[in-house]
Amino acid sequence: MLSQLRPAIALLAIMSLLTGLAYPLATTGIGQALFPRQAEASLITRDGTVVGSAFVGQAFTRPEYFHGRPSAVDYNAASSGGTNLAPTSRELIDTVGERARQIAAETGAGRVPVDLVTSSGSGLDPHISPESAYLQIRRVAEARGLPAAELRQMVDAQTDMPLFGIFGAPAVNVLKLNLALDERAPVKAGITGSMHGANAER
Amino acid sequence: MAIDLLQFLLYAAALVALAWPLGGYMARVFQGERTLLTPVLAPLERGIYALAGRCATQDQHWTRYALSALAFNLAGWLFLYAILRLQHLLPWNPQGLAPMSPDLAFNTAVSFVTNTNWQAYGGETALSYFSQMVGLTTQNFVSAATGMAVAVAVIRGFAARSAKTIGNFWVDMTRSVLYVLLPLSIICALVLIWQGVPQTLGAYVPATTLEGAQQLIARGPAASQIAIKQLGTNGGGFFNVNSSHPLENPTVLSNLLQVVYILLIPVAFCFLFGRMMKDRRQGVAIFAAMGLLFAVGLAVVYGSEIHGNALYDTLPVDQAAGNLEGKETRFGTGLSALWAEATTAASNGSVNSMHDSYTPLAGLALLLNMQVGEVVFGGVGAGFYGMLLFVVLTVFLAGLMVGRTPEYLGKKIEAREVKLAVLAFLSMPVGILVFGALAAVVPSALAAVQDPGPHGLSEILYAYSSATGNNGSAFAGYGAGLPFHTTLQGIAMLLGRYAFIVPMLAIAGALAAKTPAPASAGTFPTHGPLFVVLLIIVVLILGGLTFFPALALGPIAEQVAMLAGQTF
Repeated sequence: MLSQLRPAIALLAIMSLLTGLAYPLATTGIGQALFPRQAEASLITRDGTVVGSAFVGQAFTRPEYFHGRPSAVDYNAASSGGTNLAPTSRELIDTVGERARQIAAETGAGRVPVDLVTSSGSGLDPHISPESAYLQIRRVAEARGLPAAELRQMVDAQTDMPLFGIFGAPAVNVLKLNLALDERAPVKAGITGSMHGANAER
Repeated sequence: MAIDLLQFLLYAAALVALAWPLGGYMARVFQGERTLLTPVLAPLERGIYALAGRCATQDQHWTRYALSALAFNLAGWLFLYAILRLQHLLPWNPQGLAPMSPDLAFNTAVSFVTNTNWQAYGGETALSYFSQMVGLTTQNFVSAATGMAVAVAVIRGFAARSAKTIGNFWVDMTRSVLYVLLPLSIICALVLIWQGVPQTLGAYVPATTLEGAQQLIARGPAASQIAIKQLGTNGGGFFNVNSSHPLENPTVLSNLLQVVYILLIPVAFCFLFGRMMKDRRQGVAIFAAMGLLFAVGLAVVYGSEIHGNALYDTLPVDQAAGNLEGKETRFGTGLSALWAEATTAASNGSVNSMHDSYTPLAGLALLLNMQVGEVVFGGVGAGFYGMLLFVVLTVFLAGLMVGRTPEYLGKKIEAREVKLAVLAFLSMPVGILVFGALAAVVPSALAAVQDPGPHGLSEILYAYSSATGNNGSAFAGYGAGLPFHTTLQGIAMLLGRYAFIVPMLAIAGALAAKTPAPASAGTFPTHGPLFVVLLIIVVLILGGLTFFPALALGPIAEQVAMLAGQTF
C-alpha cells in the first residue's frame, strides 16, 4: 500500500488541478465569452430591476396573471424540491382533489389538466401545458380587459413546441407570458385579489 | 403514445450510433494505439507520469492493480472529506455556507469516491462553489475513471494468454480522464451553457417577481459539473433536485443530450469489449442482453406512468398526460420515464423527475434495475464488469446443465472464479436486505420514512438499493440525512463498490494466467441468442428473486392497494 501512496497523492493533486480547477474555470471563461446571458442564469431585467430568470418559475396568485403549477417549496429558487409524496398518499390525493374541484368550479371545466393540480419535481417548473393556460384565459381577460382571442394568440406565441415536433411536451412559459401581458396591457396598481380565481392554487 | 414510442426509438438509434465509434476509440486508447487526440495529449500524459514518479512504467499483477486503485480512492476520500469539513475557510463561498457535519461529510465523500453520488444534502444550500468544483467535480472524473480502469483490466484478464499482469492502473485511470472524459465533458458543458445552464462564480441573484415578492435565484458553476455527472454516471446534481431543476436542465435539447450522456460510455463498453476480444459478436451479445432488459424496464415504467394514478380517477382531473406529480411540464411523461429507466439502469442516479411519486409498478422496475446489480449497461466500467460476473455465473450454470467444464472465450471457468463471483454478488443482498432490515427495525432509523403503508418500505428498499448499487438516485421523501443513515449508507456504498471491484480483479488475474483453449464442437457459443436469453434469465433469477419477498411487501402491495382505491 505504501509504495502506492506517492502516485496516489501525486495523481490526485494533478487531477484536482486539471479536472477540479482548470476544467471548470476554462469552461466558465469560454461559456461567459460565448453565451454571457445564459452563463449568468438567463436573468430578465425590467426597468433596471431583475424580475427573475427565464427558466425559473415564480409564484403567481393574482387574477390578472396566468398561474403556474403548485410548488412544494413555494417557488423558492434557492431551495428546490418536490412533494415526494407517494402515489397512494392520502395527503396527495386530498390536495389534488381539492385543487381540481376548486379550479373546475371557477372555470366551469369538467376536468382540469393534471399539470395544473400536481406539483413539479423542482418546485420551480416555469411551464404549464397549453390546455392549462387556455383554462385561465377567461379570468385573465376579465382582469385585464383584453379580448380572449388576443390572449389565446399570446399563449400560443409563448408555447414551446416539442423539439423537431417529436421530443418533449408542448409547454407555455408562464413568466414570459405574464411579462408579455404586462407589456401589452399594464395593470393599474391596487387591483389585486378582487376577482375570482385569486389564490386558486396551493 | 405513438410519439413517445418514436422518441424512445430515435433515442436508442442516436445512442448506438454514437457509442459504436466511441467503443472503438476507447479500445484504441486503452491498448495504447494512436488516436486523433494523441498528438495533443500524449505529451501531457507523459508529463503527468513523470510528476507522479514513474508509476506508469510497468504492468501490474492484479493484487498491485487493486492496491493502486484502493490507495488512490482512499487518498481521494480523505481529501474530499477535508474540503467538505473546511469549506467555510476555503475560497469561492459567496453564500458563506457552513462546513458539513462529520457524518454527512463522511457520507458525501464516500458517495462521490465510490461513483454513487447519493446526496443526503441539497447542493444550493450546503456546498460552496469550491466544494462543488475542486471537491466533487474532481471525484466525478476520477471515480468514473477508476470504474473504467477496472473494467478494462478485467477485460484484459479475459483476453490475455497466460499473462501475469492485467495492465497498469495509473495509466488506465489517467487515459480515461484525458482521452475520454475531459474532451466529451467540455463539449457537453458548452452545449449546456448555450441551452441555459449557468456557469458563473457570481453569487445568488435576488429578484423581485412580477407580483412584488422576493426570489433568490441560486446559480453557480453548474454546467461543468453536470456534463461530467452524466458522462461519468455519477449523477450528483448541482442543485437539490438535480436535473429536474430548470437551471440544471432547462430545455428538451439539454435533456436529450444529458440522457444520451448517461448511457454513452456504458454502451460503448460493450463494443469496446468486442474489439478487445477480437470478436465483435461477443460484445454485441452482451449489448443485446442489456438492451432487452432495458427495453422491458422502460416499457413497464412508461406504461405505468402514462396510465396515471388510479386514485385520481374519481377526481375531476384529466390525466391524458400521465402521472405528472413530481415531473416537469416540458419533459412530460415520455422523457421523464426514459430518464428514470436510464438513470437507474446506468447507476447514474441523476433524476429529471421525483421517483418517490412514481406509480408503484414503475417504482418496482426502477428498484429492480438497481437490485440486479446495476448491470443493465450500469455505471461506467462498473456495469460492464458487473455483467461479466453474471456471464461467469451463466456459463457455470450452463456447464452444470450439460456436464462440461464451463468456459468463456476459451478460458476455463473453475471453482476459484465461481467462488469469487458469488462473493462479489453477495454484496448486493447484504447491503440491501441486511442493512435495509436494520433500517426498518431500529426505531430512530424509522423516523426517516415519509410515507406510511407499503410505500414506506419501498422508500427504505430504494435508499439501500441505491447506496449498495452505487446508483445515487432516491425516493427523496426519505429523510436520509439522519446520522444513522448517512453512516450505514456510507458503509453500504463502500461494500457495493469495493466488495465488487476486488473479487472482479481477482477473477481477472486468475483468468489472465490461463491459456485459452481453441473452440471445439462441444464449446457453448456465447454470441448467439441462446446465450443472450440464458444470461437474461440468470440476471433476473439471481438478481430479481433474491429481492422478491421484500418487493412483494413494498411496491407490489402498494400497486394492489392503489388499484383497490386505498390511500395511506
